[in-house]
Amino acid sequence: MNVGIVSYGVYIPRYRIKVEEIAKVWGANANSIIDGLMVYEKSVPDMDEDTITIAVEAARNAINRAGINPEKIGAIYTGSESHPYAVKPSSTIVAEAVGATPDLTLADFEFACKAGTAAIQTCMGMVDSDMIELGMAIGSDVSQGAPGDALEYTAAAGGVAYILGKNNQVANIESTYSFTTDTPDFWRREGMPYPEHGGRFTGEPGYFKHVTSAAQGLMERMGTKPSDYDYAVFHQPNGKFPTRAAKMLGFTNEQIKPGLVVPRLGNTYSGSCMMGLAATLDIAKAEDRIFMTSFGSGAGSDAFSFVVTDKIEEIRNGAPSVEKYLENPIYINYATYARHKGKIKL
Amino acid sequence: MSVPRFWRRLKNLYNLIGTHCKKCGGFFYPPRNMCPKCRRNGVIVPFKFKGAGEVVTFTIVHSAAKDYAKLTPYILAIIKLDEGPRLTSQVICSHEDIHIGMKVKSAFRKLGEESDRGMIYYGTKFIPVES
Repeated sequence: MNVGIVSYGVYIPRYRIKVEEIAKVWGANANSIIDGLMVYEKSVPDMDEDTITIAVEAARNAINRAGINPEKIGAIYTGSESHPYAVKPSSTIVAEAVGATPDLTLADFEFACKAGTAAIQTCMGMVDSDMIELGMAIGSDVSQGAPGDALEYTAAAGGVAYILGKNNQVANIESTYSFTTDTPDFWRREGMPYPEHGGRFTGEPGYFKHVTSAAQGLMERMGTKPSDYDYAVFHQPNGKFPTRAAKMLGFTNEQIKPGLVVPRLGNTYSGSCMMGLAATLDIAKAEDRIFMTSFGSGAGSDAFSFVVTDKIEEIRNGAPSVEKYLENPIYINYATYARHKGKIKL
Repeated sequence: MSVPRFWRRLKNLYNLIGTHCKKCGGFFYPPRNMCPKCRRNGVIVPFKFKGAGEVVTFTIVHSAAKDYAKLTPYILAIIKLDEGPRLTSQVICSHEDIHIGMKVKSAFRKLGEESDRGMIYYGTKFIPVES
């Protein structure tokens, strides 16, 4: 398959709240939570930021990074579980804001935390079949966690956009494989403000079964093994799950280190492993091989194998890196966080 | 803001698209259909501003209209774009940092919304260049 990443862009809001600050409000043991989750702080959107504003900023960074003509983008798919409208696509607003309208097709995707990688696969098919020249796949979320729930310590905000095409690839997609079952590990009913989850059930039958099955399935089909890869990225609901999944599969801590952004960022849901891939591309060199596996509750995983090209050096500094967005945060207290997240109803 | 009114201005609000008079070199935001200097001899064309500018003056709004009450206290400033036009916009930064002459750049943000059931209005605000 001759399809690859032509450009990418990320956006992370500037605000952070530390795990200690959330734990203090609920009388929880912060050290125990930090040790258990391997997450120290999470990003928080500003009061005028949402999934769409974050998606637009990431998309603009992707376009600017490689000097893409937005009129050549034939499809935009925005994956999120926090689309601001139940009916009215986020993608139309993104497309208009990046100057890609009107000659393109659009849709919003939803598959818990893997809607963004499902969008990548859709763009791959459309580019490979010559339906479009360039496709944009976005994962963006201002994820929700109920006050006091375990999710509140990790549910963060951020977005990532990838532009897929045949020419000027910075990372070729060698292959992809998905593993999907009907597994009710996490859900949010229509009209409900916060998701529900199956507690420990989200682990083995949810995350680990799907991530390892998709990863092993792709490697079996390609005839590769973990040592063939320079880097690996797994969906990051916390720091512990991807670290353990990597170990189960035979990847080392060194391979996942550049892409493990969750301890300083939290879980950006649809942007989660796509953010890890962006952080890895930020430091990758030509010929590096990168393995990525997403996970979306419900449940499914998409695994990908990438090979970086020498074009990466030409576009590397065209837009802010993940590290640039992670540095110099503004820390807020729980009251300000509650206000930013709309948890206080006026 | 009514839905049709927002829709008509959508491209201007999202991407800072104003107009430019090719005869006298004037730049206009919000867009003008006629050059105030050249009048009927002017040649008006659409123009996308880069989004860079500086704060000319500002105030901090503590008592706002109902639709903006959630955001108070917020910074409202007159921004002079590098190309020349001045416009009024919120600047997203700490109240300690805002100052006259501050270099700013455009950012895509929510401008407002019509309750939980209504439209969400998106568009351009400004943030410090160093953000």
